[in-house]
Amino acid sequence: MSVDKNMNVLIVDDYKTMLRIIGNLLKQLGFNNVDEATDGTMALEMFKNKDYGLVISDWNMEPMSGLDLLKQVRTLPANANVPFVMVTAESKTENVIAAKQAGVSNYIVKPFNAETLKTKLVTVLGDF
Amino acid sequence: METSNKEIRRDKVINLINSVIEKVGAQGEISREHIYDELKSLHDIIEATRSEINATRATDISGTHIPTATDELDAVVEATEVATGTIMDSCEAVTEYAENLDPAHKDFLVGEITKILEACTFQDITGQRITKVVKSLKTIDEKVNHLLEVLGDKLPTHTDATEAEDTRSGDEKLLNGPQMADKAISQDEIDKLLEDLF
Repeated sequence: MSVDKNMNVLIVDDYKTMLRIIGNLLKQLGFNNVDEATDGTMALEMFKNKDYGLVISDWNMEPMSGLDLLKQVRTLPANANVPFVMVTAESKTENVIAAKQAGVSNYIVKPFNAETLKTKLVTVLGDF
Repeated sequence: METSNKEIRRDKVINLINSVIEKVGAQGEISREHIYDELKSLHDIIEATRSEINATRATDISGTHIPTATDELDAVVEATEVATGTIMDSCEAVTEYAENLDPAHKDFLVGEITKILEACTFQDITGQRITKVVKSLKTIDEKVNHLLEVLGDKLPTHTDATEAEDTRSGDEKLLNGPQMADKAISQDEIDKLLEDLF
């Protein structure tokens, strides 16, 4: 099944520069419907108005972290199975385990490059 | 040598305390003057220690050095964020421009822009690292403050309320690094100053 590049994508990061970088890289990959949120709480609010086909989130954010956001998203009836990629500087084994246990789809450690982002998205979405 | 002096003083304090405890707890008549002398010696040692702590200007750590350090680090984060934003603006403009070029030129430009975007992720990482350092500095600040609170108003105050004396000389004294925005003078002010001077 081919990937619908018109799907709604939500990127969540408290660094506006990172939102712009990931947004631009997604645009280069052909994803044009990209929304941005600066923390987990804002992201959850956005789920009330729209369904998303992909979430790319940072971990270290306040007041709601990326891990808490992931746990909350997994309880949303309409979006419980949305592919959720964590993009974070948190690179300890326990972080990866906690994210996996919470239902993360994939995990990218910062700093990352465009190739890594594409590879991980292919893993969670399928080839495009 | 200094360590040795401190050890001698610590031993002296312990010996004095033990001696006072022994005398107070002992049977029979003990001279009050004797106990007074030993307590007075303890008092003198404590006062000497307080004076030494004061001489280190421990209050400056919390009052000046740490706030300055955290302000400088905040300025680094802000400056890199602004600079990265400018780089991003240019990247987006070039990407938009590349849309109108032939495929070969477009691919080349987009490929190079991608490398710049990847490199810009440094700002997030350095920002997080600096934030960690600021938190560590604030923890040190809290510990120093706690120590100063324990010592309380028993610490003698400095007779001068000014900053610690700058012992640098010559060119070294003129080198203070980049100034914070609220303390620096502008290029216009520098130009005017030069005009006035010459």
